[in-house]
Amino acid sequence: MSQEAAHIQVEMRSDPRYLCGARELVSQVARRVGFDDLGCARLALAVDEALANVIRHGYQSQTDRPIWISIWPLRDDAGEPTGLKVVIEDEAKHVDVEHIKSRDLDDVRPGGLGVHIIREVMDEARYEKRDGRGMRLTLIKYIDASRGGGKAQEDGNA
Amino acid sequence: MPEDRAIEIGTTREGETSVVTPQGDIDMSTSPGLRAALRGESERGAKRLVVDLGAVGYMDSSGLATLVEAMKLAKGSGATLVLCRMNPQVRAIFEIARLDTFFKIVDAVDSAKSA
Repeated sequence: MSQEAAHIQVEMRSDPRYLCGARELVSQVARRVGFDDLGCARLALAVDEALANVIRHGYQSQTDRPIWISIWPLRDDAGEPTGLKVVIEDEAKHVDVEHIKSRDLDDVRPGGLGVHIIREVMDEARYEKRDGRGMRLTLIKYIDASRGGGKAQEDGNA
Repeated sequence: MPEDRAIEIGTTREGETSVVTPQGDIDMSTSPGLRAALRGESERGAKRLVVDLGAVGYMDSSGLATLVEAMKLAKGSGATLVLCRMNPQVRAIFEIARLDTFFKIVDAVDSAKSA
């Protein structure tokens, strides 16, 4: 993946009231890149779920901690847009990546659906520990896959 | 955190049927308001709880969790919970979470009142 600087970089507080702004940002950028309405909505949903997990589990619902959202459009060799990469970083406690799992959907109960939704919606979802403190979640969605209902690769990553 | 004003929730009652109508996005910040409204109608003894989602443009897993909880509460008290007027984006999250068959989902409020 290119080391090019993010085209958009936003720092938000870990306050659930601002999730709507993050969704709007991702959805509007996705639309410009070429995603259809449902693709934009699904991308915004995945990012919302990822941010909510950071707030709820990473920061234990503290509302004054930082979360960074970085966005890159993806392009092919001809410069045509192919998708979107979104990286979400925090400075919450480290979590063992092996412990970030979807729950069994046969067990219908409130909560715990966020990771499942992220995996279902995104083509790639990779959790890793940041140096020192915090986690980094890299999300990738391709435009064509959005029309076919892509799913995150199950290669040991979330 | 101050009360979130991004959602308004209306409620109408006809006999033992309550129709709860949230308006706005249902996410982590607004789902507690919906949870309180649904719980309140259950505790009032509603035998049929209709959730009209026609004015909901967005729902995340916290909204789903709220509805799952309300459904379980309703079943536990012998009541029925029906969802209606979902837009395609909202319906998509039910399908992603494979909860579209767990809930009774109909198109119109009138159908929900008799479903």
